[in-house]
Amino acid sequence: MIEIRNLTKTYDDAAVVNDVSLSLAESGITAIVGPNGAGKSTLLSMIARLIAPTSGQVLVDGLDVQQTQGAVLAKRLAILKQNNQVGMRLTVSELVAFGRFPHSGGRPTVEDERHIDEAISYLGLDDLRTRFLDELSGGQRQRAFVAMVLAQDTKYVLLDEPLNSLDMKHAAAMMKLLRRTADDLKKSITVVIHDINFASIYADQVVAMRDGRVVLQGESAELMQEAVLQDIYDTVVQVREVEGHRLGLHYL
Amino acid sequence: MAEKSSRQRPRIALAVLAVAAIVAMAAFMTVGAKGNWDFVLPFRGGKLLGLLLVAYAVATATVLFQTITRNRILTPAVMGFDSLYVALQTALVFFLGTRDLANVDMRLRFVLETLLMVTMSMALFYWLFLSRQRSLHLVVLAGVVFGVFFRSLSHMMQRILDPNEFIALQDMLFASFNTVDQQLLAVSSAIVLVTAYASRRLLAKLDVLALGRDVAINLGIDYQRVVMLLFAMIAILVSVSTALVGPVTFFGLLVANLAYQAVGTDRHKYTLPAATLFAIVALVGGQTVLERVFGFDTALSIIIEFTGGIAFMLLLYRNLKR
Repeated sequence: MIEIRNLTKTYDDAAVVNDVSLSLAESGITAIVGPNGAGKSTLLSMIARLIAPTSGQVLVDGLDVQQTQGAVLAKRLAILKQNNQVGMRLTVSELVAFGRFPHSGGRPTVEDERHIDEAISYLGLDDLRTRFLDELSGGQRQRAFVAMVLAQDTKYVLLDEPLNSLDMKHAAAMMKLLRRTADDLKKSITVVIHDINFASIYADQVVAMRDGRVVLQGESAELMQEAVLQDIYDTVVQVREVEGHRLGLHYL
Repeated sequence: MAEKSSRQRPRIALAVLAVAAIVAMAAFMTVGAKGNWDFVLPFRGGKLLGLLLVAYAVATATVLFQTITRNRILTPAVMGFDSLYVALQTALVFFLGTRDLANVDMRLRFVLETLLMVTMSMALFYWLFLSRQRSLHLVVLAGVVFGVFFRSLSHMMQRILDPNEFIALQDMLFASFNTVDQQLLAVSSAIVLVTAYASRRLLAKLDVLALGRDVAINLGIDYQRVVMLLFAMIAILVSVSTALVGPVTFFGLLVANLAYQAVGTDRHKYTLPAATLFAIVALVGGQTVLERVFGFDTALSIIIEFTGGIAFMLLLYRNLKR
């Protein structure tokens, strides 16, 4: 379990994340939603020790992320941020192979090769293995990065807006894939997501943030209420039920 | 098939470079040798060792620095690393005087100066790179300004200095590829061997580091510690090369970028040795041509800096167009 205790991050007195306490489940999908600037990405980065909190604490299976050795955490927790740019010219399989670094230390074994192959075919990248990243479309590159994170084979996976730069087809496919990964491999996947309908359909648990605070934590049905959504996003959202799923319409 | 040929390429490139480096070294040792071999071999051997150390130090420092900053145009020299060393030397002469300095063993002095250099540059780079996230442009600007600052500081102290002291200092600073400081060879070799061992152990981590800070931390790299360690190694290597032959600005840039082009991969397993081999070919080969063909008519550093400067401008130009 990931336990977040009184986590705060301030930049020049402005609190981006303000006294957040949460616990993220051992398995299943948690979606973090909220308007721009609500502190979602900052929260995710602090959980994954990319940003040091101003105060508060994050425990991953009881290990404090600020105190624990990076190599130990890298086998339990993986994060993928948005806008990934690698400085190197890499092929897809080379990138995915980096996901095994915490386990192999740079010398991949047969076991590591197996994980790499699995992750690549799990994301349907078999035909693109030897292609260089800069020759791929935005969506393909995004999938290659997700494959790297899956190859890392951690219990906890944090994804910051994984649907960015994916079209309708690939966005839905990505969510189905995350659902399958969470179910088949018993992983705990936390995603920051902008499309509340994906959260409504695929997430087991939702966390809604606004102005650096958590305003709601619970099942997606609790989020998908017109009054609740209007309060969080400060705009009118109509909620309709389609084939048993609650969908928000904010286009009107 | 494509995967296989791309795996072969770096090895072939390294093999070709190794042969070229060996030819250059053999030529340097033998061409135009007249008289007693017992004299020629140790005499040229010492010089050769110096050039090899400088080649390794400059090439490695540059590649490591470019990996940390994830930028192919920056070098330790562009960032004012070696003007810091010159400023330190000048300050020592200025405050202690050459008489007191002459009493100190040269090797001991070198080690102390290197330590001082490492401490100062690490403080500087901690502030620039790690204390908070800064834009690369700001870091470069700050580095250039620091370079000018240290250079001006040196000039100012040199103006005030007693003329005799100044000549002694000039002698310390204007070392060149012809007159490699023989006394420092042993201690430099030892230092270089230690850093070479350390960088071998870091090879796999260096590749991960090149993916950027966030990915590196995600993959379990202790980012802050590794980067500080690398900065320390860079400071040591710059001290070694500056102490042996004086400041060189564009040489590292030239060999590092040639290496990236030649091996066609960014794996440090290949880029680090390739850069060193390019540096050996350029330094040893260049020195041979200079001594035997041009008869010392011109300075090697001028030719190398000229070529390196042009490469620097080409790189800038290509990046602008992108």
